[in-house]
Amino acid sequence: MADEHDLPESGENGPESSHFPGPSIWPFAFALGVAVALVGLIISWPVAAVGGIIALVFGILWIREATRDMRAEPEPEAPRAAVVVEEEDEPDEHHYTRNVFLGAATLGIGAAIGAVVTLPVLGFAVAPAFVGQESDPVDVGPLDGYPEGQWMITKFNLVPDEAESVVARTAYIRNNGLMDDGQPSVTILSNRCVHLGCPVQPTGLTEETEEIETEAGTIERAPSAPSGFACPCHGGAYDLEGNRVAGPPVRALDRYSYSIVDGNLVLGQLFSVSEVNGTGAEAEMTTYKHQDPGTHVDGPEQLFYPYVP
Amino acid sequence: MAKRRSKRSQQVEHIVMIPVDWLEERSGLIGGLKYFLFRKVPAETNWFHTLGSATLTAFIVQLVTGVVLAMYYKPDPETAYASIQHITNDLTLGWLVRGMHRWGASVFIILLFLHMGRVFLFGAYKYPRELNWLIGVNILLLAMLEGFTGYLLPWDQTAYWATVVGININATAPIAGPFIAYLLRGGAEIGSDTLTRFYALHMLLIPGALIALITLHLYLVIRLGITPPPWTEAANSPEPDEDEPSRTGLVSPTPRGAVSKDRTGS
Repeated sequence: MADEHDLPESGENGPESSHFPGPSIWPFAFALGVAVALVGLIISWPVAAVGGIIALVFGILWIREATRDMRAEPEPEAPRAAVVVEEEDEPDEHHYTRNVFLGAATLGIGAAIGAVVTLPVLGFAVAPAFVGQESDPVDVGPLDGYPEGQWMITKFNLVPDEAESVVARTAYIRNNGLMDDGQPSVTILSNRCVHLGCPVQPTGLTEETEEIETEAGTIERAPSAPSGFACPCHGGAYDLEGNRVAGPPVRALDRYSYSIVDGNLVLGQLFSVSEVNGTGAEAEMTTYKHQDPGTHVDGPEQLFYPYVP
Repeated sequence: MAKRRSKRSQQVEHIVMIPVDWLEERSGLIGGLKYFLFRKVPAETNWFHTLGSATLTAFIVQLVTGVVLAMYYKPDPETAYASIQHITNDLTLGWLVRGMHRWGASVFIILLFLHMGRVFLFGAYKYPRELNWLIGVNILLLAMLEGFTGYLLPWDQTAYWATVVGININATAPIAGPFIAYLLRGGAEIGSDTLTRFYALHMLLIPGALIALITLHLYLVIRLGITPPPWTEAANSPEPDEDEPSRTGLVSPTPRGAVSKDRTGS
């Protein structure tokens, strides 16, 4: 370290004889302004404007300082230069050497570049899986087509123009007639087993399938007279309200929310149900945000799943 | 006559060695290769010691056949199943390469477990090789993940529902489970993104990680040397053999026979 300071070059380039501009904070602020402006171009114009103003102001300050010599203004920071010279004359063990600074700067800038590159990529890999996962409503035809008390095996596509192999869904729909307040009541069970997601089947005879056209595309419907629902994978069994009667499922079958739009039955979002009391229009249940199969929505086990995406 | 011939053979050897020497002088690779191929191993190695290289061979088969299959496979829900049918039924030797990849996957996993069993029963996981055991366990986990992600790609009923069930099993893990499931599916439900996501994991991310870990695994095998079988004298000798590579590295293991010598009574 001492040798470095003895080199003639470092003496010539010392602060006293230097023709370089003095140390300045303005370039950093200028760079910050440019960065904010660039980010602003992507996210919003006001941010870009603020960044532009920051860059402009500090750019002017920087230019003023850099050209001070040429404009023959007195150097205001002469005392600081003197201090630097003193330090160089008496290097001590705690001196913050150029070596250490460059090492730290390389690490820091490397980390910053790494973060700038990695974070958006990581975000792109992860975020789309969690954002905007609500499905569009599905029109499954006039409510009149669902006779009161009759189970209808209804097959539809969750998204109209995607591959059927990934968007095909089945719901078991039963029109319960009117509730006490005169509103129609419909039980719409998802066919996905709440054990591990296999398709449960109605345990009973199914009649011929009919196809109807709605805004959501072709809907296949078949009347059925099940005594319950059963899963072929691991033997989960449910009653007609979706309550578990046997096997490994941990809650009642998931249901679709629904609305009646111009007399048509429209399926909304899935929701989860712990247990159903009563039947048909008189059924009472506690509903939960839709959860993956196999996860408990009530009881002490729900503490295992405090956060649900 | 004999003299002339030997002179000529010297010339030939010289000419042959020119490119080899050129490479060695600039890279040291030849020396490294010689060190790798002719390093000392315990005298009492046996066929069980080949399970590791057998596993490596199975992995290389998976790499090569996988690359070729990727030339014909289409990771799209509309075309995936059809492209698999095309590979199997229409393309020349497609059935063979797909079969090698499909069955080779099982061979790879089975060999991994056999190799793991050999290492366990020979006590080869002990100091100073614990780190290599840990790396090996991670290789096993990644290999299983390869199996899981590869299973979806044929996009038939088995593939689809097995993956539904597999992801939902992950979803039941406490606290992190639902997030793991969303991450694997790329959303709330299995969709076209799930297939491409599994494809990318299966052929880019996990193989890359596997290659890196296997390289590290082999480096440690070469650095630490091969463990002699526990019933041999070499394994039970109290004094480290200077010539044995495992005893001459920067790491100097304690003599493993310190305790067992008394037991054998030799």
